Amino acid sequence: MSAPAAQASLLVNGYEVVIGFETHAQLSTASKIFSRSAVAFGAEPNVHASPVDLALPGALPVMNKGAVERAIQLGLAVNAHVAEKSVFARKNYFYPDLPKGYQISQFEIPVVQGGEVSFFLGDEKKTVRLVRAHLEEDAGKSLHEDAALGGGGQSGIDLNRAGTPLLEIVTEPDIRSTAEAVAYAKELHKIVTWIGICDGNMQEGSFRCDANVSVRKPGAPLGTRREIKNLNSFKFMQQAIDYEIRWQIEQIEDGHAIQQATVLFDPDTGETRAMRTKEDAADYRYFPDPDLPPLVISREWVDRVRSEMAELPRVMAERFVRDYGLPEYDATTLTQSQAMAAYFEATAKASGQAKLASNWIMVEVARRLNQDDIDFDAIPVASTQLAALIGRIVDNTISNNAAKQVFDALWQGEREVDAIIEAKGLKQMNDTGALESIIDEVLAGNADNIAQYKAGKDKAFNALVGQVMKASKGKANPAQVNVLLKAKLD
Amino acid sequence: MSEIHEWRVAELSRQLQAKAVSSVEVTQHLLARAEAHQGLGSFLHLDPERALAQAKLADAQRNDGHAAPLLGVPMAHKDVFVTEGMPTTAGSKMLAGYQSPFTATVVRRLMEAGTVSLGKLNCDEFAMGSANENSAYGPVKNPWDVTRVPGGSSGGSAAAVAARLVPAATGTDTGGSIRQPAAFCGITGIKPTYGLCSRYGMVAFASSLDQAGPMARSAEDCALLLSAMAGPDLDRDATSLDVPARDFTQTINQPRAGATPDKPLSGLRVGLPKEFFGAGVSTDVNEAVQAALAQLTALGATLVDISLPRTELSIPVYYIIAPAEASSNLSRFDGVRYGHRAAAYDDLIDMYQKTRSEGFGDEVKRRILIGTYVLSHGYYDAYYLQAQKIRRLIANDFQAAFQQCDVIAGPVAPTVAWHLGEKANDPVASYLADIFTLSISLAGLPGMSVPAGFGEGGMPVGLQLVGNYLKEPELLQTAHQFQQVTSWHTASPKESVL
Repeated sequence: MSAPAAQASLLVNGYEVVIGFETHAQLSTASKIFSRSAVAFGAEPNVHASPVDLALPGALPVMNKGAVERAIQLGLAVNAHVAEKSVFARKNYFYPDLPKGYQISQFEIPVVQGGEVSFFLGDEKKTVRLVRAHLEEDAGKSLHEDAALGGGGQSGIDLNRAGTPLLEIVTEPDIRSTAEAVAYAKELHKIVTWIGICDGNMQEGSFRCDANVSVRKPGAPLGTRREIKNLNSFKFMQQAIDYEIRWQIEQIEDGHAIQQATVLFDPDTGETRAMRTKEDAADYRYFPDPDLPPLVISREWVDRVRSEMAELPRVMAERFVRDYGLPEYDATTLTQSQAMAAYFEATAKASGQAKLASNWIMVEVARRLNQDDIDFDAIPVASTQLAALIGRIVDNTISNNAAKQVFDALWQGEREVDAIIEAKGLKQMNDTGALESIIDEVLAGNADNIAQYKAGKDKAFNALVGQVMKASKGKANPAQVNVLLKAKLD
Repeated sequence: MSEIHEWRVAELSRQLQAKAVSSVEVTQHLLARAEAHQGLGSFLHLDPERALAQAKLADAQRNDGHAAPLLGVPMAHKDVFVTEGMPTTAGSKMLAGYQSPFTATVVRRLMEAGTVSLGKLNCDEFAMGSANENSAYGPVKNPWDVTRVPGGSSGGSAAAVAARLVPAATGTDTGGSIRQPAAFCGITGIKPTYGLCSRYGMVAFASSLDQAGPMARSAEDCALLLSAMAGPDLDRDATSLDVPARDFTQTINQPRAGATPDKPLSGLRVGLPKEFFGAGVSTDVNEAVQAALAQLTALGATLVDISLPRTELSIPVYYIIAPAEASSNLSRFDGVRYGHRAAAYDDLIDMYQKTRSEGFGDEVKRRILIGTYVLSHGYYDAYYLQAQKIRRLIANDFQAAFQQCDVIAGPVAPTVAWHLGEKANDPVASYLADIFTLSISLAGLPGMSVPAGFGEGGMPVGLQLVGNYLKEPELLQTAHQFQQVTSWHTASPKESVL
């Protein structure tokens, strides 16, 4: 495996950053991966713990087909190979929140093999290769120093989470900057929520990222990595990786070698700190789980899942390029979520103006959503309204600036585009005669500008356009003003 | 009329059906008998109240017209099957007083078939052992000679059946734990094809080998019991076979296809692996087995010489794979959620260490250590992986053999039951004594132990019959036909010995 050549622009103090990701996506099944207990967040401790989850003697795991189906969906979504046969293995270690003394995971033969995730960073397309994605069960939670336990150094164990299905998605070390790392994570987040295999709730731990970070001089072999665990927001992810890169470079510059370690990010201090080093690394004694036969996935099963899956974001983006003539950047941006894509398609179809619809959604709509911190699902302006607004721009009824005012009104809850234009008097002045008389008035009072223009100063022309616009109270059609003014002056 | 405890399951079933006796009467009789013979050490838990309530219910159902063959038949269960309402210890201090909130599928099915549970039976700790001397609750004695071991790990089951405390019991077999104690105690037992009986609710020893089966006093009884025990349990045990439940009693009485009633085994090719008849087999065992083979010939069977070349390798392979799985399966006994926890400890690691040091016996610790070692980084390839490869070759050897024969026959064990304490300090000696049962478990094949006479010290000898996958009907038929012309299975230890 050869890493892409270092790009000079991405170097940090002369060092190339190398990042690989391991992401745990909690699968959106109703029940656990190997038991019939409900998967639910926030319940009373140990309410959702069956004999299997408690690892009672005699209890046995039975595979939840829904979890497998979601793994197949992910495999299809990232263009990976869905293994005909994969194997569950036991990862053995002792910890109180790991009831069986081993975690059931996949080790040598994972269910999803290879694949890739592509995204735009600015307008540059970046592809991160995946190594694999494997199914595994989550552990329970240790409740340290829980008040309900009366303190005294006692810890409680909550096994509600034990056995929650996870898909661990592992990349090659293809990421070269914090920005790429965050963009990758966002893109993966988009994919898993788009296809509906994960609710994507990072605060509740449904989508947890571990970043393996190392630095090296360009061309040098891979540096020693440190793994930042459990990054549960994109903001912390950026802070943590930025800090880790700076820290590693400082260490190396100070002559210290990096020790392989697992680190945690502390949002309060903005620093990462080591939890354990390689010396503490356990021997997990992986071996195939004899309680679970190999997971066999027929081609028919894969085909059925494929046929039932919603159109994938990248497929939809390709279609937007092909059918609507959008640039790839627009198409990718509009397919951030199912709701956004659907909103675009409805607006484009209703207005017949795909590119304008795209611009409006990517800029104005996105800005307002962001400002009000709401999702596309809750957008107050219907696609038909936006389409009507675009229609009035195209037929020259209103200017772009005026359109923004109309859009504001729509956002505030007003309904009729034409009524708003009327009420606010935003109709563009398209009457040549009326415009010409305004222009004549402006020219009469601005001899200086005329002289400067004639002397070759373009700025003076713009000043005159501005005067005309002002005199028309913004209603003049700027394009038309340009043409008429030029005709008068030349 | 002979005494109630002399009746085998089939006979008891007929007597109950004829209302010659009630289930309550039978249950009371056997409870009293079990109580009187506590010295054998076979019962860990007797539950008279529960048993009588079940017996009463069975009698009431019979009066309502129910007539299932096992309705009202008392039995007892090896203590590795978890049972709601009765403690389950797996013969370990680790699970002293443990109460399971659910019941093992096998036990549940037997109860649904109408059986009455008298209680739980002693066994080697976590089913690890060949002599039942590894139980935290004391050894079990062989009813034929109480100075001898009953075999293991289902020693309590075998001894209770042989002593006629119960007409039948459940057992589990990981490397011979049904067949060897059945042989040592002169009873009939069958370890079915791996996956035929659900493992749900069996305290796991080695998951890829563990299999439940019935232990009783005839092949017919085993067929009756297995019909109730077997069947798919796909929602609870992913290794359960998706094979519909069968009535194994249907075919046992019939001659083989094309055979006549006087030669009912005509056409049956019995394979004799040369590795099962070598110098390692004691003379008394060999003589009894040879006589049994002659009997099979008289019934019409033909004998075929075969070879199972990797028989000796089955010992190291088994003692790598089984401990490897056990080391992981037993990790759950950590003192956190249930079972034994050390009374005082400094921190988490200390709690784990003390709990497990106190809770597990020596043999269990030995196997956890072996298993942990063979799965460790740097040793996995040389031990575990290599053992898995040889395991496949062993299974292939059997398939090659079954090209030449229908069933395989040989001794269950190289000797009759040894004396208590004789091998207690020599684990390797008792591992070696498993040589004729391990390969069958590694291959996942069905195997039976059928009483075939007596050897040294008047101790029973078992004939082992091995069939191909899911050939339980053929095995049971062969054993049943054998028992129609022999009386070894009807012999009982002297009451005075008990």
